[in-house]
Amino acid sequence: MKVSEQDVAYVAELANLELTADERVRMLRDLNSILEYVERLNGLDTTNVEPMAQVSDRYGVDVSRQGTERFAYASREDIKEGLRPSLPHQEAIENAPETDGTFFEVPKVIER
Amino acid sequence: MTADSTTTKLKTIESVRDDIAERRTTALAVVEEFYARIKKEDAEIGAFLTFSEDRAMAQVERIHRLAVDGKPLPPLAGVPVAIKDVMVTRGVRTTAGSKILEHFVPPYDCTAVARLEAAGAVVLGKLNCDEFAMGSSTENSAYRPVRNPRDKTRVPGGSSGGSAAAVAAGMAVATLGSDTGGSIRQPASFCGVVGLKPTYGRVSRYGLIAFASSLDHIGPFANTVKDAALVLRTIAGRDAMDATSAEVPVPDYVSALEQPLKAATDTASGRITGNDKLRVGVAKEYFGSGLDAEVRAAVEAAIQKLASLGCEIVPVSLPHTKFAIPAYYIVATAEASANLARYDGVRYGFRARPARTLSEMYRETRDGGFGMEVKRRIMLGTYALSAGYYDAYYLKAQKVRTLLTRDFDDAFKKVDVIAAPTAPTAAFKLGEKVDDPLAMYLADIYTVTANLAGIPGISVPCGETREGLPIGLQIFGRHFDEATVLRVAHAYERAAQSA
Repeated sequence: MKVSEQDVAYVAELANLELTADERVRMLRDLNSILEYVERLNGLDTTNVEPMAQVSDRYGVDVSRQGTERFAYASREDIKEGLRPSLPHQEAIENAPETDGTFFEVPKVIER
Repeated sequence: MTADSTTTKLKTIESVRDDIAERRTTALAVVEEFYARIKKEDAEIGAFLTFSEDRAMAQVERIHRLAVDGKPLPPLAGVPVAIKDVMVTRGVRTTAGSKILEHFVPPYDCTAVARLEAAGAVVLGKLNCDEFAMGSSTENSAYRPVRNPRDKTRVPGGSSGGSAAAVAAGMAVATLGSDTGGSIRQPASFCGVVGLKPTYGRVSRYGLIAFASSLDHIGPFANTVKDAALVLRTIAGRDAMDATSAEVPVPDYVSALEQPLKAATDTASGRITGNDKLRVGVAKEYFGSGLDAEVRAAVEAAIQKLASLGCEIVPVSLPHTKFAIPAYYIVATAEASANLARYDGVRYGFRARPARTLSEMYRETRDGGFGMEVKRRIMLGTYALSAGYYDAYYLKAQKVRTLLTRDFDDAFKKVDVIAAPTAPTAAFKLGEKVDDPLAMYLADIYTVTANLAGIPGISVPCGETREGLPIGLQIFGRHFDEATVLRVAHAYERAAQSA
């Protein structure tokens, strides 16, 4: 078993999940079963292989340039009509579970 | 495939548009006919989650005005379509198949949806799917499972099960789905329709609710390859709202279908000028153990059919294929764990009440709002990204992604397309894999590779099992060479139907 009950509790905390007792039992079983399958990656030598985070750095990139200049095709200058107006305030809070009409409301963060 | 009953009664994009243009029917009559069929069929199938009648009727009115005034009709005029519920639609509830977004009414439109409507399509409603597109059977929908129209005891595949089922049951002429690891192609295969995942960057992801951003794609479902080409032509192309949408010209995919079945000399335009045989690669890694015998026989027969049409069949090797599922499930869940952090009960969506503290509110909201598979993937992704495991899992998987992509780069030096099964089996029974996440993940074994590499892939029907369940032939192509993928699929489809 790679993953312990403590690991499940720790990762749940990182992920902002509580999980019921039953879900923790299933999670322990499922994570171990999936990670055991993932272990087969270790049978592959990846020395000197570059990691690939996304596909889009394989095309459209100006390889003669450095840093973000390489991705000039994705720059904001292509918005010909200029900056768009933001979402109207009322629409932006329309879907919020709790607001005071101006701000999102959440339980008190700082105890005094 | 029984070309008789299913394909002849189902409408195509051109037939609908032409009937309206030539006044044989009206946009209103077409939409009413489709809503009537949905009302009759969908109680059992469960493809639709939300209807957008107001929006549909406003569009019908626009098309009607054009038709009455004798103005030219746009290419998708009056064509009833429906949208997987992971694409946001202004003013129309969008749930992503999740309880956490049960009452979410987006304030803006997904680019692909807006482009379909600009071309005249009528959006009937939003389609059921696995929660946040996480699943291979649509049984992870928080609302209800979808039944396969071809056999209602079986799943339609997933995660775009509603999109595939709606087309298969004639409840929409075409639909949009999303494909992060096979979620368009596998359900297309299970339901006996055409499903296309374009190249990464070909179609804007703006307004697609994010699952794994480097793997997510939007693409069409349709009854014919030509209809899939028409939809792709409509939704493809650069969008300033998605920085990963590519500045690559969009060829006319529809006219590309009629080009001869030769090797493309100009993949950007899909134009054929030479007389070289089109080379179809076949990789043994896609025909190994775990492949159902009937599926294998059907796909091999389809490849023979391509040979008889003048293609050269070339063995190729994609040696890292067996590492695709583990690499995929690390990359996809890692990205998902970050993308789904936004569901915190503050700005939109469900909030658990009452909570004493902010962190208690977060946890209880996410516990109550997410289903088990979503939590499982968030947990797996968080674990893979956590201190001490990042290099062993996430970085390792990213390196394997490079190797898998190189496999395709090497193969496409020798061939123009690669043919394979779409899924290892035909549609399985509802409930069959629901308690075994790993078995469910393996349903994506032949599809995740195209997401990791970003290449286009299509699933086109290629026969049935003895029980009458559809089988899908998958065709992969080079980056941005959808034209060749569609051309080969179209040639196969035509040959299979005339046989």
